[in-house]
Amino acid sequence: MAKGKHKLHFDREKCKACGICIAFCPANVFTVDIDYCAVISSPDKCTGCRRCELYCPDYCIFVEEDYYG
Amino acid sequence: MCAVYHKYLRLDHLPHIWCPGCGNGIVMGAFIRAMEDLKYDQNEVVVVSGIGCSGRISGYLDFNTLHTTHGRALAFATGIKAAEPRLKIFVFMGDGDATAIGGNHLIHACRRNIDMTAIIINNCTFGMTGGQFSPMTPKGKKASTAPYGTVERNFDIPALAQAAGATLVARVGIYQVNLLRELIVKASHHKGFALLEVISQCPVNYGRRNQMGDPAEMLEDQKGIIKSAGLGQGLENYFGQIFQSEQPEFIEEYNKMIVQAQKKGGCDV
Ligand SMILES: Cc1ncc(C[n+]2csc(CCOP(=O)(O)OP(=O)(O)O)c2C)c(N)n1
Ligand code: SF4
Ligand code: SF4
Repeated sequence: MAKGKHKLHFDREKCKACGICIAFCPANVFTVDIDYCAVISSPDKCTGCRRCELYCPDYCIFVEEDYYG
Repeated sequence: MCAVYHKYLRLDHLPHIWCPGCGNGIVMGAFIRAMEDLKYDQNEVVVVSGIGCSGRISGYLDFNTLHTTHGRALAFATGIKAAEPRLKIFVFMGDGDATAIGGNHLIHACRRNIDMTAIIINNCTFGMTGGQFSPMTPKGKKASTAPYGTVERNFDIPALAQAAGATLVARVGIYQVNLLRELIVKASHHKGFALLEVISQCPVNYGRRNQMGDPAEMLEDQKGIIKSAGLGQGLENYFGQIFQSEQPEFIEEYNKMIVQAQKKGGCDV
């Protein structure tokens, strides 16, 4: 989990390995695991843009921010 | 999962049945965030849907929901609105549902200008039944029933709806998730029939057949289409709100008629 400003929550159980978050993250935060599901590999690079959260069709990702709400 | 999803989804019905990267999940996410903005009491909202992959949306959302028959979502929704005009109505349809079997219901709902928000999730195909071509499959694209590509032209949904009498019309892509959220809010505030065409994606039964790559590549493609749209190419390629006008709304007109008839002491027949 990220130590920085944005905390990424990822639910591996719900991930269907569509690859959208991996392709659309501008900061290359994600890599894939053996099942092609997303892995948060570089959480510190996260800019908090929330693209991964907004485009995830299965609601696996949630970006927590201090000012979120 | 963030709290807003917890609030508006029937969590015991998840995971949903949609394929990996299906646009339906992205549309439902945007709808949930629009509900967060609108702050309606969930008991005052009705989500109606037709049949198809997109039609499953009513099963996952935690409001009053009605999963109707193929092409008839707007007819059921009209009945609900007429019986309980205070309710906020959102109708989800697939492109096949709304423009093929339900085409007639669509134009007449537009014509009546009944106060509700209709959302057509256009994935250019009959997704659920295996990728037959729909009236929204672009000319030349392949389908299970058009192995060499379809020879038919597709409808321009916003132009069709505007001509039929809808009073708020917009086209938006799932790539524009934030705009989609804003347009759902705007459509719901609009008094009259609001229609949103949401360009979505079916990576399995449409994308694969047309060599459009994985779900991310399809979304990337859509980004390109949106970025190059509206540059003097006419209405057909326009994204965003296209039209809004003020016209008499069906329920209001109906209520006026009741008052008039009561004044006369009933009708003449
Ligand atoms: C009266 C009737 N005719 C045909 C069908 C078969 N049918 C089920 S889903 C569907 C098409 C769905 O396509 P679309 O509306 O585009 O939705 P999608 O699955 O792409 O979201 C059809 C023809 C049906 N269920 N009922
Ligand atoms: S919030 Fe933006 S930068 Fe952070 S992981 Fe998601 S897509 Fe990448
Ligand atoms: S068949 Fe197409 S529309 Fe249906 S769930 Fe799969 S990707 Fe989505």
